[in-house]
Amino acid sequence: MTSDPVLVAERVVRGFGGVRAVDVEHLTVERGTITALIGPNGAGKTTLFNVLTGFDRADGGRWSFDGTDVTGLPAHRIARLGMVRTFQLTRVLGRLTVLENMLVGARHQPGETLRRALVPALWKGKRAADVDRARELLDRFALGAKAGDHAASLSGGQRKLLEMARALMNEPTLVMLDEPMAGVNPALARSLLDHITALRDEGRTVLFVEHDLHLVKSVSDRVVVMAQGAVVTEGAPDTVLRDPAVVDAYLGAHHDTDLREIIARETARETAGETAEETG
Amino acid sequence: MDILLTSLQQIMSPVTAAYALAAIGLNLHFGFTGLLNFGHAGFLAIGAYGFAISVAVLDLPVVVALLVAVALAVLFALLIGIPTLRLRADYLAIVTIAASEIIRFTVNSSVLAGLTGGAQGINNNEAMGNSYSQAFKDANPFDAGRVEIGPWVFTATQLWAAILTWVVVAVVAALVWALMRSPWGLVLKGIREDEHALTSLGKNVRLYKTQSLIIGGVIGALAGIMLVLPSTVAPGDFNSRLTFNLFTVLLLGGAATILGPVLGAIVFWVLLQASDGLIQLGERGGWLGGFADASQLRFTLVGIVLVVLIVFRPQGMLGDRKELAFDDK
Ligand SMILES: Nc1ncnc2c1ncn2[C@@H]1O[C@H](COP(=O)(O)OP(=O)(O)O)[C@@H](O)[C@H]1O
Ligand SMILES: [Mg+2]
Repeated sequence: MTSDPVLVAERVVRGFGGVRAVDVEHLTVERGTITALIGPNGAGKTTLFNVLTGFDRADGGRWSFDGTDVTGLPAHRIARLGMVRTFQLTRVLGRLTVLENMLVGARHQPGETLRRALVPALWKGKRAADVDRARELLDRFALGAKAGDHAASLSGGQRKLLEMARALMNEPTLVMLDEPMAGVNPALARSLLDHITALRDEGRTVLFVEHDLHLVKSVSDRVVVMAQGAVVTEGAPDTVLRDPAVVDAYLGAHHDTDLREIIARETARETAGETAEETG
Repeated sequence: MDILLTSLQQIMSPVTAAYALAAIGLNLHFGFTGLLNFGHAGFLAIGAYGFAISVAVLDLPVVVALLVAVALAVLFALLIGIPTLRLRADYLAIVTIAASEIIRFTVNSSVLAGLTGGAQGINNNEAMGNSYSQAFKDANPFDAGRVEIGPWVFTATQLWAAILTWVVVAVVAALVWALMRSPWGLVLKGIREDEHALTSLGKNVRLYKTQSLIIGGVIGALAGIMLVLPSTVAPGDFNSRLTFNLFTVLLLGGAATILGPVLGAIVFWVLLQASDGLIQLGERGGWLGGFADASQLRFTLVGIVLVVLIVFRPQGMLGDRKELAFDDK
């Protein structure tokens, strides 16, 4: 297979005080693939996301997206190039409606510049098209009935879905999802996986963080494993997830517990949280 | 009954219109963009002084004077905004308080007294030929004399001032409405909710915040001009109590609504006027004998109304209660 990387990072370093939260020698994400980023809590996955997308500064390293060097570029410019991320702690716009959350995600809306804002003729058409696309996406994410509700009224799992749908409104080339399944109930998580697969089939590239190794195995084309800031190993899911070093990396952070137990406990906690929020 | 009629007449006052306009500007900052501007009085001072000095001291035409006031407000917004808008929200709060106080000390100081009149402020005296509002008075299309509207009697000057100022309020309110229904306005509201989310969607958050600060600031400067047109320019008028009153107006009417600031200003001034009337009545009747300074009482009634409102309608008169319910989530 010839290599066509959409994201290439070299020697990316980010430290907090004495801790090297990220120290990645080399990372590539191939175009049109689903890549899972796994690793124990504190491995530096979120920090890596933050640095690569311009939300945090790096202490060193270079990285390019779609052939453009984006090292040190402001976050909004990186997003505009087509590299769009979601957040581990969801960031929905609470006092806007679900539909408005989607509309603000659209790109190329001419009415977003002050000059054109006062001339509806210049943005009404694009707005109408965006509404159609937003409704379509919301239906896909089982949020269609919520379009008119304030986003703050959604449950934790629904917020995750909305944030992902909103990122898709932005028509990203590479979508980076930080724990998209966390807090989403198992039935929805299943359909989320289908959405992720569909994204790849549309030609987009997906990089996502996930703890549930079963889920990872069932959708991803490649798996990258991080531990203590570094990429420990990467490759096809079958080989990587059977690699003793990976199991070590996971168990390393929880040397007195079994991996299966950790996953089971986390899933239980998230499901409980979800139920509480939905009834609350 | 007289008190009621006099109080309602306050609706037509240019001061009420000026407060409404100033609150519209503050609403763009605080209500729609989530910017903590605690120094709005500074923008009003800049407008008032910029305009009055240009006309009364520098003898510039009114149109040029308006442009000077607007340009100074833009400059002030940039000066405050550029260093703070990329930082956390509280930095803007601190800097706006400080900057508006600096403005007030500057115009109050004797060093610039040649321009600002120092502590004396700027006179607006037709007889002395240094009236900065003369051009507006000259443009009055109404014949001198009195005009009766229902139970109220206005002088031609009052009527002209009321129409002029309220038309400006209406035009600016319409402009803000048009902006806020546009995609640009939606981005602003998104920034208010979570600026990182908007950044992740490719919006240049700092640019939008700067635009909001400038537009709201220019509206504030225009309100400052309105505020001093019927009277004189006095440095003490632009202290932080003015900013506080404007927040009261905004919260009364309902932040993040188009007409909230207008309704808030009207209610604020009608209430103040009514409490003045009641206090005078009380003084004449000797019921307030114990109070050394009954005029301080005027804000008490407004304070009580605000407290009642916060208890029963925390979203303001025109706000959406549902939105507030989410705040503690
Ligand atoms: N803003 C910060 N300040 C200090 N330390 C941080 C900060 N963000 C992350 N860290 C540290 O960096 C390491 C990696 O964290 P993170 O990237 O959140 O890991 P992951 O997402 O893989 O769970 C952790 O040790 C964490 O405590
Ligand atoms: Mg994380």
